[in-house]
Amino acid sequence: MRIVREFSKGFTTQLPPFRLVLGLCPVLAVTTTVENGIGMGLATTFVLICSNVLVSLLRKIIPPKVRIACFVVVIASFVVIVEMVMKAFFFPLSQSLGIFIPLIVVNCIILGRAEAFAAKNAVHYAAVDGLGIGLGFMLSLAVLGAVREILGAGTFFGASVFGSSFEPFALFAKAPGAFIGLGTLLFLMNAFDRFRNRARQNA
Amino acid sequence: MDLIILVIGAILVKNILLMQYLGNCPFLGVSKRMETAVGMGMAVIFTMTVASAITWAVYKNILVPYNLVYMQTIAFILVIAALVQFVEIFMKKTLPALYQALGIFLPLITTNCAVLGVALICVREDYDFVNMVVYSVASAVGFALALVLFAGLRERFRIARIPQPLQDTAIGLITAGLMSLAFLGFSGIA
Repeated sequence: MRIVREFSKGFTTQLPPFRLVLGLCPVLAVTTTVENGIGMGLATTFVLICSNVLVSLLRKIIPPKVRIACFVVVIASFVVIVEMVMKAFFFPLSQSLGIFIPLIVVNCIILGRAEAFAAKNAVHYAAVDGLGIGLGFMLSLAVLGAVREILGAGTFFGASVFGSSFEPFALFAKAPGAFIGLGTLLFLMNAFDRFRNRARQNA
Repeated sequence: MDLIILVIGAILVKNILLMQYLGNCPFLGVSKRMETAVGMGMAVIFTMTVASAITWAVYKNILVPYNLVYMQTIAFILVIAALVQFVEIFMKKTLPALYQALGIFLPLITTNCAVLGVALICVREDYDFVNMVVYSVASAVGFALALVLFAGLRERFRIARIPQPLQDTAIGLITAGLMSLAFLGFSGIA
């Protein structure tokens, strides 16, 4: 089933930002807690689905020469919607994500999917592709957020994990922890893939 | 005196790449060779300064008086995209030598979140004109500095024996983490 494949590739062969090394800035910046990671992931997923659908609907109308500008306008419009909704209903989250909400506009994953997928495929595939990639992105953000929150603050969703005797690694809440955490996760995934391929060859 | 603190703060203490997490895609993308890193750094210094100045003027003179602040994101990204296109055409005609050097990096800058990020920070912090120009030049210099230093480190990877799963992006991110750790040391001075 093609539709299932388009959905599941977001978690497997094209899992952003590990398999598709794009959109690193929000990944590094907002993953200080799981909650922020999931909030950012949901916002990005919404923009990704909507922009994929609209770009796919307009794909025969948009002239190829100005397509990038058109895609950017489509994406920016949905980002403005997300910005307003977040300010109205999730004010604390929108404060802690700060300028990274308007910066969803320049998240290369969204423009990348519009250009590489939505502009060439039918609407339902484009929507499913957006959903899959978006949820994969959210999952990655949540995992990195969990690692950084547990190590950097000793909490998970704000609840204490290790008890009061645990001294948190403040480093993981700051910028170096973001880079090192993401690098290490990427390394572990590569190592796991290699291990699995070798096991498959021996079998 | 305040301006000196602003400059040091923007270049070292709150370095836009290593401390504020903006512009990481070109940071990992074009840092494999020294020459490309220098070219990208120059292109960013130029574009970021002009883009912040224009978006600042648009914000103060059009968006605020007409109550259109909610259109900020769309307006800024359109200004930046148009500016990049314009700079590219202008440079091709008048400064062919510079165009040759920077040409391929210019289109990439539209999706460089550092440019939009600095424009947004300038508006959010409510800088006046002088502070805004100084802040955006200093941020861009900080970007170029980090990019060139990182490219220097990355060139060494070619002669190092790196375990296969760590190669390329993974080791790049961990190296960036160590650089960011070093830059964290500057936080004592401002």
